[in-house]
Amino acid sequence: MYNFDFVKPSTVEEAVAALQDDEAQPLSGGQTLIPSMKQRLNAPGTLVSLLGIEALKGISSADGVLTIGGVTNHATVAAEAGAYPALAALAAQIGDPAVRNRGTIGGSLANNDPAACYPAAALASGATIVTNSREIAVDDFFQGMFTTDLEEGEIITSVKFPIPEVASYQKFEQPASRFALTGVFVTKYADGVRVAITGASEEGVFRWAEAEEALTANFSADALAALAVPSNAMITDLHGTAEYRAHLCKVMTGRAVAAAH
Amino acid sequence: MKVQMTVNCRQVSGEVEGRTLLVTFLRDGQGLTGTHTGCDTSQCGACTVHVNGQQVKSCTMFAVEAEGAEVATIEGMANADGSLSVLQQAFQDYHGLQCGFCTPGMVMAAASLLAKNPRPSEAEVRRHLEGNICRCTGYHNIVKAIMAASGQHVTAVAAE
Ligand SMILES: Cc1cc2nc3c(=O)[nH]c(=O)nc-3n(C[C@H](O)[C@H](O)[C@H](O)COP(=O)(O)OP(=O)(O)OC[C@H]3O[C@@H](n4cnc5c(N)ncnc54)[C@H](O)[C@@H]3O)c2cc1C
Ligand code: FES
Ligand code: FES
Repeated sequence: MYNFDFVKPSTVEEAVAALQDDEAQPLSGGQTLIPSMKQRLNAPGTLVSLLGIEALKGISSADGVLTIGGVTNHATVAAEAGAYPALAALAAQIGDPAVRNRGTIGGSLANNDPAACYPAAALASGATIVTNSREIAVDDFFQGMFTTDLEEGEIITSVKFPIPEVASYQKFEQPASRFALTGVFVTKYADGVRVAITGASEEGVFRWAEAEEALTANFSADALAALAVPSNAMITDLHGTAEYRAHLCKVMTGRAVAAAH
Repeated sequence: MKVQMTVNCRQVSGEVEGRTLLVTFLRDGQGLTGTHTGCDTSQCGACTVHVNGQQVKSCTMFAVEAEGAEVATIEGMANADGSLSVLQQAFQDYHGLQCGFCTPGMVMAAASLLAKNPRPSEAEVRRHLEGNICRCTGYHNIVKAIMAASGQHVTAVAAE
């Protein structure tokens, strides 16, 4: 790993100022960034740790919206996001206990790994990503694998999740990495159903529009019977073919609908 | 950069680079070689230590991030008189180790589970060990040791 300078500001303003430097990059839980720096896929000149900023930690819920601070770790969400049980359950299934004690929601969303769990939750919930300078509707946030609408030096300060009537996340685990081989997050709101799928597509997390329409009309796994996700844009790797993942999309959506509560 | 922390209740400090991993600081800086580097890719859990009471992979955290923290390693697990703790003794009694490489991480992970959940079910033990890989034992005896350390009968542990 190449060396770097390390700073740990205690306010968002100081962090944003430190990130003005072209070579600077935010560090949150480090559960993605540190491994990638070891592989020299990333070589920032300065790491700006966000973990000293107390204002970015914690969970609150008001008026049907759950707000999670950008550097809140997965273990805290698992334990304290009871107002949105499917989201707490998702956080409890990320990686392993040590990863959950360090990794954060902001790091996961900013990274937009095509097999990560939080992107599916955010997209299925119609969440709002709040940064130091603006609010981004989740439908505009994810822009293909490892790509988001975030500008250089912009940091996620919190994420707002409208709490659905019912929801479920069903993750088909890749047993070695514990990431999602395919994971589906289904939500039902008064104005309709949203289905977001991670782990499957070359484009990263996506909404399955046909399933959303069918499930809005009839919220039952049977409503999916005639539908299929095309396999052409799906990922093929040693863990599964594109056809296998396309099939999993439908199976896991059905399971999520059946389990939604 | 200078870094200070408490390791096993002892105040320590040392000179590190930004990129110095916590595991490197512990092993090379403090001579605490009980914490192992297995994979160095955040997968195996051999490097598990506690930072402010939370289990973390010390290969996936920088030493400077532990500034001011309370760190606990396997060297701090024995009783004050040097005898093995209940959990360590259970690993020995139930053959929870063969080569022993994964064992410090297993013990630290198990200690963290038992601190929160003193009588875990077998399924909870297995789930908690998801991030700790053992190439030797096949896990059954590790699970038995943890069940025994929590005062539970181990004959019931499934030999799946
Ligand atoms: C063994 C293992 C298993 C895992 N399993 C899963 C899994 O099952 N599901 C899953 O979803 N993830 C999994 N992960 C990934 C884990 O959830 C990471 O914690 C997460 O993806 C990144 O969060 P972080 O806080 O560690 O971010 P970091 O590694 O610190 O940062 C990641 C990236 O985001 C940027 N960044 C960080 N915070 C912010 C912010 N607030 N604003 C803007 N940019 C920011 C950084 O500059 C960097 O580019 C796993 C990781 C490991 C090591
Ligand atoms: S050495 Fe840290 S997880 Fe393997
Ligand atoms: S005892 Fe050898 S790796 Fe676990």
